[in-house]
Amino acid sequence: MVRLRPILMECEAMPTTAADASLIAELTELLGEEGVIHRHDERVVFECDGYVIDKAMPDVVAFPTSTEQVAAVVKLCNRRGVPFVPRGAGTSLAAGTLLPEGGVMINLTRMNRVLEIDVRDRYAVVEPGLINVWLTEALAGTGLHYAPDPSSQVACTIGGNVATNAGGPHTLKYGVTTNHVRGVELVTTEGEVVWIGGLVADQPGYDLAGLLVGHEGTFGVVTKIVVGLSRNPEAGRTLLAVFQTIDDSVSAVSDIVAAGIVPAAVEMIDNLMIRAVEEAYHFGFPLDAEAVLIIEIDGIEAALDREARAITEIVQARDGRIDRNIAWRTRKEPEYKSIWKSRKSAFGAIGRVSPTFCTQDGVVPRTALPQILRYMGEASKRYGLRIANVFHAGDGNIHPIILFDEKDADQVKRALEASRDILAECIRLGGSVSGEHGIGAEKIAMMPLLFSPDDLAAMAALHEALNPGGLCSPHKKIPMGGHCVEQVAPGRHAPA
Amino acid sequence: MATVETDARTVETTGETTPVDLAWLAEQIPYRFYQECIHCGFCLPTCPTYVLTGDENDSPRGRIYLMKSVADGRLAVGPEIRKHLEFCLDCRACETACPSGVKYARLVEPFKIELIRKTPPGKGFGTLQKVVLHHLLPYSNRVRASLLPVRLLQKIGLMNPLRKSGLFKLLPSTLRNMEATVPTLQPASNLPEVLPAIGPRRARVGILLGCVTDVMTPQTNSATARVLRRNGCEVVVPRAQTCCGAIHYHSGAEAPALAMARQNMEAFDFENLDAIVVNAAGCGAMFKSYDHVLPPEERERAARFVAKVKDVSEFLMELGPIPPDNPLPLKVTYHDACHLRHGQQVYDQPRRLLEMIPGLELVPLAESELCCGAAGTYNLTEPEAAHRLGRRKAGNVEATGAAVVASGNIGCTLQIGRHIREAGLNVEVVHPVDLLDRAYEGGS
Ligand SMILES: Cc1cc2nc3c(=O)[nH]c(=O)nc-3n(C[C@H](O)[C@H](O)[C@H](O)COP(=O)(O)OP(=O)(O)OC[C@H]3O[C@@H](n4cnc5c(N)ncnc54)[C@H](O)[C@@H]3O)c2cc1C
Ligand code: SF4
Ligand code: SF4
Repeated sequence: MVRLRPILMECEAMPTTAADASLIAELTELLGEEGVIHRHDERVVFECDGYVIDKAMPDVVAFPTSTEQVAAVVKLCNRRGVPFVPRGAGTSLAAGTLLPEGGVMINLTRMNRVLEIDVRDRYAVVEPGLINVWLTEALAGTGLHYAPDPSSQVACTIGGNVATNAGGPHTLKYGVTTNHVRGVELVTTEGEVVWIGGLVADQPGYDLAGLLVGHEGTFGVVTKIVVGLSRNPEAGRTLLAVFQTIDDSVSAVSDIVAAGIVPAAVEMIDNLMIRAVEEAYHFGFPLDAEAVLIIEIDGIEAALDREARAITEIVQARDGRIDRNIAWRTRKEPEYKSIWKSRKSAFGAIGRVSPTFCTQDGVVPRTALPQILRYMGEASKRYGLRIANVFHAGDGNIHPIILFDEKDADQVKRALEASRDILAECIRLGGSVSGEHGIGAEKIAMMPLLFSPDDLAAMAALHEALNPGGLCSPHKKIPMGGHCVEQVAPGRHAPA
Repeated sequence: MATVETDARTVETTGETTPVDLAWLAEQIPYRFYQECIHCGFCLPTCPTYVLTGDENDSPRGRIYLMKSVADGRLAVGPEIRKHLEFCLDCRACETACPSGVKYARLVEPFKIELIRKTPPGKGFGTLQKVVLHHLLPYSNRVRASLLPVRLLQKIGLMNPLRKSGLFKLLPSTLRNMEATVPTLQPASNLPEVLPAIGPRRARVGILLGCVTDVMTPQTNSATARVLRRNGCEVVVPRAQTCCGAIHYHSGAEAPALAMARQNMEAFDFENLDAIVVNAAGCGAMFKSYDHVLPPEERERAARFVAKVKDVSEFLMELGPIPPDNPLPLKVTYHDACHLRHGQQVYDQPRRLLEMIPGLELVPLAESELCCGAAGTYNLTEPEAAHRLGRRKAGNVEATGAAVVASGNIGCTLQIGRHIREAGLNVEVVHPVDLLDRAYEGGS
């Protein structure tokens, strides 16, 4: 049987798994025929997620429909010593759902109900496979919404968002996933069902729910989530600011924040990206602009125009101009929907310019944005590769997209080097190597660059406490010694 | 277990494989079409089959991955792959959702054609499909007679046993010879060949009657002609027009489909028409694809033909519709036919037209873009999934409280109508032009 293994250097003997007939039989007994995929041809599509460089086929894919079934599957894996990994929609950009040595993939897509919406106490209880935007749709008419809005929100699941602590354009004002999770039901790595946190926010004691958000599937399988809901703003303005240089655009971001304004979102798109997006969505971005910012403010109607004027002045002081000023109330206005659709699907549009590209997810302090962008401009020249940019500027969360030709080995090598250089520069500027996509299996080798051995040891101890034996999501997030993943090709996809 | 040799390596598959012609597929599908999928997953939740099963194999991204693996020689087409490809509705919701511009239909259609071609006669859906699709549907005067029993059998769940019993084999033998000839339609709507414009002439247009429409809902064809005339169009109903060929094409009978395309391009004197107006989304989408299904040397002419093809709502909105005078005080909801919404990117126009009718209240339909399960021949080939989608659609319609649901495709009209009846609802299913026609002609 052909199994494509990821590029993995084996530093010591690894346990091997085999989906022998008895494992399949036991899983089938638990989940029924419908709930188990084990034939070779049907497992192929599960060998990768939104990150397609490293691939490994799971031996079995399980589709539980209840917490009890998840717990039973996890217990079975423990009993048989088989690794397992949870998977939501598979939009991870960090190979989060990869099972490098095979094992059981626990697919949560069939647990996708909204269990409860409490408008007065402003929370909802949902199953992990619920698609992010479906929750907001289910809230239509209540005056509430679920704030974390990753660009992938039309596809990714809330369980996946909890596991990766997903952010999005509106993170700037409303916070990331962790700020909106009140409690979770978790099937621990050993198969116990526990509730962590609860219906009310900020409980006394350690913030265990906080610890779970961002665990990237290493602390078990999340089976229910209590999320806090936010009130819809009364109104808003979405401004499209156009600049002649990238430097001006990102400098304006810092100026806005320094002026005491807290925009709901500030997104930057550079010229290369503008052209791709325009081709795909025809929003009407000016094709000659070196960079644009989408700046959104929201709140009480009465204050908005004044704030918009203040922003306009800042933009003008950086030789920019305001090209659009979209006033909205419901977020359903066609122009509003169109500009955000362009932004949120921007990454996908790059496929129209170059079929192969890789992207990185780095963070720098907001004031260091001009430096890192200048650095990227130089790197682009140095390596002779085009680099496109579209990112959450307000958070200093950059997503350079490096275009290359996968058939040209030298370009591939240069793209990889450019990625590493840029991430190293992020760290040097006081930032980090993952803003929101997570470490997954992709970036595990970068962790030692970011953390001291002591820090890593502390994290490893936590990992060992909550994931003894390491069967749950092996080789992810925290380097546990033993294996080192070496990347030989750049990560191809990874949007903002 | 069968082991299949491919150029690259030996792959193992579980069961009997279908020997697809990789060279032919490579001719039909430029490799970059596969590469355009950047594996982002944005299409997943818009895909009706993925929504039903939650299995990546039943998603657009998964199917593209499977097809690419086949094209790469990494996978042979075993029964599983076949199942997942056949389960696809061809509704093209994924194309609308895709930020990368993946032309999904251009990938899956050649695969489906190849699968059907390689099905030994009498196997799987082959027989039934060939009977119903190739022999009956295109000859509209036989549709009424032939469709009803099939639908009935389906409803009472007898189709499978019957197929297995071999009784169905009796049918093709009587009808087999008809495949070679391309028939000429006798319009049941009895429209004359040319109808003058009412008021000053603004355009000269041809209309396609469509085989199923003309038998099942001939009044929609009459309504289309009247509405066009009221908007200043001289309407030409070419006698030599025939089936658009979609059903043949999608079920693997490429040659008759292309013959039909050619005949239609002859029948409509398109250089002398301002537009070719189509009121069935499935036929419209097929007409609009003539320029890539025909061989390269015929494509230039086909492209000129395609440039004239318009859905009736698309055409009216471009022309600038004359508002009707008579009120229709009705609560109406609108279902997006896949081949209109996704296949032709027409979604706003029918809504604008409906809103133009005085007194009519247009209410939004939840999941209006989710396939109703009709999807061409899907309710014949995947009855179980088609049922679930149909019930879901009827439920959403019920929730709107509308008295009428409008949709721009005959397949949807039949499918939704049936599920509405089964649910015991009192909701009328119509084409938007039916409502416009009533509003022009005096309301009701
Ligand atoms: C085009 C595009 C744009 C994107 N934009 C953003 C963005 O703006 N912001 C952002 O933060 N991310 C973004 N992402 C990344 C990705 O969408 C997020 O990481 C998302 O949270 C993953 O959700 P998912 O359901 O697809 O999870 P998956 O990809 O299936 O899994 C992701 C991780 O979560 C774990 N996991 C999934 N479900 C569970 C569960 N129930 N219990 C425990 N662990 C679980 C998996 O093991 C894995 O480690 C983008 C991705 C794409 C393709
Ligand atoms: S949305 Fe388009 S690019 Fe993304 S996975 Fe689907 S088909 Fe591929
Ligand atoms: S055509 Fe429809 S059913 Fe087929 S993959 Fe696309 S969305 Fe799914």
